Amino acid sequence: MTRLFTTAAALVGLAFAAGQAFAAGELHIYNWGNYTSPELIEKFEKAHDVKVTIDGYDSNETMLAKIKAGAAGYDIVVPGDYMVQIMVSEGLLAETNPSAMANYKNVEARWKDVYWDPGRKYSVPWQWGTTSFGVNTAVYDGDIDTLAILFDPPEVLKGRINMLNDINDVINAGLRYLGHPRCNKDKAQLKELSQLLLSAKQHWRTMDYSTIEKLTSGDVDVSQNWNGASMRARKQIPTLKYAYPREGFTGWMDNVAVLKNAPNTENAKLFQDFIMDPENAALISNFARYANGVAGSDKFMDPEMTAAPEIIMPANAPAPEFVPPCDKEVVDLYNKVWTNLKK
Amino acid sequence: MAAPALKTPIADNPAAGEQTVARAQAATRSLLLAPAMLIIGVFGILPLFIALVYSFLEPDTYGGVRWVFSTEAYVQLLFERDIFDDTLTFNSAYLEIFWRSFLLAAYSTVACLVIGFPAAYFMATRPERQRDLWVFLITIPFWTNLLIRTFSMQLIIRDQGVINIGLMNLGLIDQPLAIIYTDFAVGLGLIYSFLPFMVLPVYAALERLDFRLVEAGFDLYASRAQVLRRIIIPLAKPGIVAGSILVFIPSLGAWITPELLGGGKELMIGNMIWLQFGSSRNWPFGSAAALVLMAMVLLALLVYARSAGRSGAPDG
Amino acid sequence: MANALDLKRQPGFASVAMICCFVLYAPIAVLVLFSFNANRSVTRWTEFSLDWYVRALANEGIQHAALISIEVALAATVFGTAIATAGALATTRIRRSRGTNIAYTVINMPLMVPEIVTAIATLSFFALLRTGLGISFGLGNLMIAHTVFCIPFAYLPIRARLENMDLTLEQAAADLYATPWRTFRRVTLPLMLPGIIAGAMLAFIVSLDDVIITLLVAGPGETTLPLYILGQIRRGVTPEVNAVSTILLAVSILFVTLFFFLGRRQRS
Repeated sequence: MTRLFTTAAALVGLAFAAGQAFAAGELHIYNWGNYTSPELIEKFEKAHDVKVTIDGYDSNETMLAKIKAGAAGYDIVVPGDYMVQIMVSEGLLAETNPSAMANYKNVEARWKDVYWDPGRKYSVPWQWGTTSFGVNTAVYDGDIDTLAILFDPPEVLKGRINMLNDINDVINAGLRYLGHPRCNKDKAQLKELSQLLLSAKQHWRTMDYSTIEKLTSGDVDVSQNWNGASMRARKQIPTLKYAYPREGFTGWMDNVAVLKNAPNTENAKLFQDFIMDPENAALISNFARYANGVAGSDKFMDPEMTAAPEIIMPANAPAPEFVPPCDKEVVDLYNKVWTNLKK
Repeated sequence: MAAPALKTPIADNPAAGEQTVARAQAATRSLLLAPAMLIIGVFGILPLFIALVYSFLEPDTYGGVRWVFSTEAYVQLLFERDIFDDTLTFNSAYLEIFWRSFLLAAYSTVACLVIGFPAAYFMATRPERQRDLWVFLITIPFWTNLLIRTFSMQLIIRDQGVINIGLMNLGLIDQPLAIIYTDFAVGLGLIYSFLPFMVLPVYAALERLDFRLVEAGFDLYASRAQVLRRIIIPLAKPGIVAGSILVFIPSLGAWITPELLGGGKELMIGNMIWLQFGSSRNWPFGSAAALVLMAMVLLALLVYARSAGRSGAPDG
Repeated sequence: MANALDLKRQPGFASVAMICCFVLYAPIAVLVLFSFNANRSVTRWTEFSLDWYVRALANEGIQHAALISIEVALAATVFGTAIATAGALATTRIRRSRGTNIAYTVINMPLMVPEIVTAIATLSFFALLRTGLGISFGLGNLMIAHTVFCIPFAYLPIRARLENMDLTLEQAAADLYATPWRTFRRVTLPLMLPGIIAGAMLAFIVSLDDVIITLLVAGPGETTLPLYILGQIRRGVTPEVNAVSTILLAVSILFVTLFFFLGRRQRS
């Protein structure tokens, strides 16, 4: 018993000691789980003699709640597009001016002046992609480029659909199907949306983020999904096809930003510059399996990626829609719709 | 019920002696309680106060709170405010969520009791050398991570999982049974997660059972069932109470198991409160819901404690 | 003795216990089995392979997460059980006063407050400590947070045990002029031991599995295993976690077996 106590005390003492100061030459990255290429980090560590730690979060919201409540010690976070705008307006990000960095010239023109960071004063592209859905064409081989698959499915797909467990993704898809605008305040339109969702819900089997697993285990045949995840699922289900609905679909970009109270701002800026290099951007893409925003990285990317229908959109597909964060009133209304859907 | 008197060498003045003893006992008790009170006072009570304060404020645009007094959070629990004419209409959505979670938690607690009590009794009646082994046997599965265990449960009960494939291979069924993504699956998952929380306290209480009392019961021509009902169960009562609390309350707030095994189409209290601090960006409402939940649990506990207290704790 | 066995036997109880054990271990068996799955999916079997073990042993992130989990769980269990034992002693077997009822409620408070509320409040508190007074305990922050919610889980079984114990043995010891401390160490503590062990087990389990509080309170470099797995859910959980869990399981079984043999040796 006493031995146990002393061991425990020793462990605790060690922990206290270890947690005291952040030594120079460090970088603390807070990214999505399993989203950072180990190769990239190794290369960065060697190039700049910096020790990197990586911690994972499961959603933008968790990260925001944590940073807002006062968590410190992280240098780099990787918010989605709408989250960058939120964090900038909350004063949580440092103005590192990536547009003045050496590698900035490599960023593709369309990603230089974006709604969430015009002129790129805070953030740098990490990965970008689309959110749509994938269908197992072995089960259903009709026209899949329409949101009717999700909201008014053919007989054989009823009860075999998985939706993302995300307010925005589900509601935006519903609004697109009905032809109503995003960030919608119109009560009548939202009522219509609510009824649509409720009637479609009976055809949905689950609402879950682990989309690849749901598809490969045979629980569902259709899943709302991100393009890269769909590509990975296709490796196990060759008949899986990623749809580009004509009603529209969401585009998103995850960006690397530096926190205002970061302990290692200089190293963080080095990292931002580092990932704008085409070779390094390709490392990220090869690991995470999404497109990056850096020109010239194609030659370093896996050939499978540069030819994938999930990454290269067909010519007749509508342009992906990047949805800015909606204001408080809309969020409250969406909340009501969501609770109503899930009660 | 008299206070236990640990007799120390008697002083010359017995009355004063007893007083000193009583004071010493009170001092020891306070000392023993101090660490618990201190650490929980800060980290258990403080969150309550913060939640209380937050629940009377307005939500800030992107999460957090704005320091403006408002009771809107509590109103929202029961009513829906029309955005155009500010009228209130009764909204049962949150009540339904609360009710569902309560039912599920109650069902899990009862099931854990029905399954866990025999198991604990069995463990307590093993020869003394074996008992520690059984305790470890029961707990070792839970040294693996809950998420992984739940994934493994999915593997067993899903459409193409162990059970269904087994039954189909045996030719007993044609189509896979839809076990997963039902309330039944969630119940199973909760029972599985919380079984040791019932078994261990009951075991701890039963292990000390004096079987001479049981023998006395048999001597008086009681049947096995009567002995169980009138002697064993009442003596195990503190363990049953402890176990029920430890299963019911965490089940109420559980969110991983309902999400993974239930399909995510329905909200439990745990997910709902979590959501308010996340994409719903309404910390005051989350705090209010959390406080109401706590109040209900506290009420249930008080009722339970009072009924248990009335039957009297066994005295030495 | 046939008579003693007969006394304790209740029909059906042994079968229920056996079924319990089987059901408890079934998912564990599946978990271990799939750590040898060649396929990337956690849910479909293709062929036997040690690939994931190799990867797990090379994956610093997951190893670090497992270590942090265990460190924090051990610290929380030890301190939580100690505090809970003291609390249980102080609140049982005495006249039920208002003081004891208040103490009982306070001790069980962490159990009752929904985790997210505790998590945000704890994080805010530590942030305040850091910015206002410059105090930070590093990993100790997480350990303190875990200890807090481990206390009620340890307290309730110990209390249940104490309520069932009669006082005659302790009074006998006192009659023999044993000091209160000696009585405690030689009489009370051994009698309480099953309750303390039960409480410690529960505290350990609860700390290992905690997600929400850890999610918010953990700082950089303090990712625990549940957090690591949670972060992977959106991007696909790999059987590496199965491999790590199996390794942890094997290590803990080994540890427990050793503990037993040492115990047997001591007793004889």
